[in-house]
Amino acid sequence: MSSLPLPVFLVLALILFCIGLFGALTKRNAVIVLISIELMLNAVNINLVAFSKYGPNPGITGQIFSLFTITVAAAEAAVGLAILFALYRNRRTVNVNEMDQLKR
Amino acid sequence: MMQYAWLIPLMPLLSFILLLLLGKKLKEASAYVGIWLTAVPLVMSFIVFFGQWGGESYKAEGTWLTIGHAVITFGIEINPLNSLMLVIVSLVSFLVHLYSKGYMNGDERVPVFFAYLGLFTFAMLGLVMSPNLLQLYMFWELVGLGSFLLIGYYYFKPEARQAAKKAFIMTRIGDVGLFIGMILLFWQVGSFEFDDIFKAVASHEMTHAMITLTAILIFVGAIGKSGQLPLHTWLPDAMEGPTPVSALIHAATMVAAGVYLVATMYPLFAASTAALTTVAVVGGVTAIFAASIGLMQKDIKRVLAYSTVSQLGYMMLALGSGGYVAGVFHLTTHAFFKALLFLAAGSVIHAVHTQDIEKMGGLYRKLKRTGPLFLIGALAISGFPLLSGFFSKDQILAATYEDGRFGLFWLAIIAAFFTAFYMFRLFFMVFTGEFRGAAKEVHESPGVMTFPMIVLGILAVLAGYVNTSWFGTFLSDYLGKGEVAPLASNHEPIWISVVATLVSLLGIFMAYLIYKKGSLSRDWLSRHLPSLSSVVYNKYYIDEVYHAVIVRGVRAFSYGWSLIDRYIVEGIVNGAVALVHWLAKLGSKCQNGQVQTYGAVAFVGLVLLLLIFAVSGGYFS
Repeated sequence: MSSLPLPVFLVLALILFCIGLFGALTKRNAVIVLISIELMLNAVNINLVAFSKYGPNPGITGQIFSLFTITVAAAEAAVGLAILFALYRNRRTVNVNEMDQLKR
Repeated sequence: MMQYAWLIPLMPLLSFILLLLLGKKLKEASAYVGIWLTAVPLVMSFIVFFGQWGGESYKAEGTWLTIGHAVITFGIEINPLNSLMLVIVSLVSFLVHLYSKGYMNGDERVPVFFAYLGLFTFAMLGLVMSPNLLQLYMFWELVGLGSFLLIGYYYFKPEARQAAKKAFIMTRIGDVGLFIGMILLFWQVGSFEFDDIFKAVASHEMTHAMITLTAILIFVGAIGKSGQLPLHTWLPDAMEGPTPVSALIHAATMVAAGVYLVATMYPLFAASTAALTTVAVVGGVTAIFAASIGLMQKDIKRVLAYSTVSQLGYMMLALGSGGYVAGVFHLTTHAFFKALLFLAAGSVIHAVHTQDIEKMGGLYRKLKRTGPLFLIGALAISGFPLLSGFFSKDQILAATYEDGRFGLFWLAIIAAFFTAFYMFRLFFMVFTGEFRGAAKEVHESPGVMTFPMIVLGILAVLAGYVNTSWFGTFLSDYLGKGEVAPLASNHEPIWISVVATLVSLLGIFMAYLIYKKGSLSRDWLSRHLPSLSSVVYNKYYIDEVYHAVIVRGVRAFSYGWSLIDRYIVEGIVNGAVALVHWLAKLGSKCQNGQVQTYGAVAFVGLVLLLLIFAVSGGYFS
């Protein structure tokens, strides 16, 4: 397996993170926002794995850590979707523009 | 007695304080407080005056402030000039208090009036007793305050308010000169004491240019106070005050303070020919200038006011020509006959309730005591032989002639002619002919008003004999003991007296022809030289010129700055307000309850932090 240098992974992670951030901040549909957040999480995972292989002290720790993260993210996504359902049942909408209870 | 002399100015001050505290209860009786508390200083002044006759100058002072090596003192000084001024001020002040008892009768604010009179008398007496320039300056300003309050006594009249402000501001312009001169002297000599200043002048500690500069600056103060050209315009307007005030402040005492200042600083002036010339020229020009305006005025008090300006010019002319004694002599005699004229004019106004001489006439028969007394005053000021004005004016003319200022000498002669003419124009128009006024019953004033006039009338006749070449030069001898050696003026050419007498008789005769006999037409001048006559009638348009040049100039200047204030300073302030407003709006817009916006803001904040971090190189570097 050819070894790509570290920056390639980092740039990939950066791009992924930016797409996720953009989606999280701009999309109107709450489901898309949730998906975008997953994208950002995965960007972080890529970083973790990349550093654990090419970082100053390579080892297996980072990869295991990222496995944990994915698990936690799955749980989080489940909780998030559950909240979304509850919200939808309450308000009959998934449009984040209409969700401004924080102001009240 | 001398050690109690400090009590003299404190009595009127006591009167001022008492009347302020108790005036509401005393009401009309407050006049007696004022009268008694000026009668005592009068007696004391006379004792001091005669005690001074044979003795030495007396000086008592204590340290007030010590600044570095300079010691500033506060105290009193009695020398011949001071004690003479003390007598003049306290005498005229006492008589005016007495007169005011009658004149102000029925006025609601009598206690206030007498309180102000007390304040003024205190300030004036303190002024003439000051042993140093700083103390003199303080009293000088207090005198101005008293004058301001009394001119504005009828504060419900807009003219009186305007006149009070004008008097205060115009004299203040002069005071700035005096103040600068005083500070320069302190800088040069290191002391405000008159004695130290004169010592420094005598020992050539100061350069000649500096002497001239300080003398002229101090003279600027005198110009303001004594109503000399070009700061004279406040004095005629000051006639808006009650007439006794005009007699006291604007005829006999305060306006003479400028002359007194020059006289008391005389060694400084005498050391500089340029300064003396300035004094003489300003005085001489003022004398003829004001006299010519007096020829055309229709208000009895304004004629007298211009006459005062003109006579003060005479005094300055005398001082500037080296006639120290002549100047002080004229100050003395003028104080008496001008106060007399003002009080008589007040008596006339009291009787007919108008100041317009066109609405008077034929009052000689009705005012049996005021008429002759006014005549005495008019004769005295015109220089009629054997009355006081004759002697003092004669000595001024002689001093001017001896000093070799022939141009000013002839100006003074013409001014003497004008003086005689306008005084008798006034006399004939007010006291002879037919009554042209509206008042039905014309009464002579009560005794409390005529008594002071009689005293002043006697003095106006006799005051001249204190210094004549015939009976003795008491005044010269008296003043000669002081710091200044007066120039001998005993060998005046006899023809000067003759010319002066002829000129004043001619003036009286002309006035007689025009205003009594009617052989010459009254409007001869306005018919043949309309432009000249209207210029003189409008007081040479000085007020208008000042208004156009200075008032408008200052207004334009301030308008310019107000524009800068409005558009630049206020623009910055408003800009700051708008910026904060905009930021606040932005902030409140962010708080819309939507998580996305919050996230965006947090992200922008993070980016900004990172940017700052990148640019500044971090917190720890």
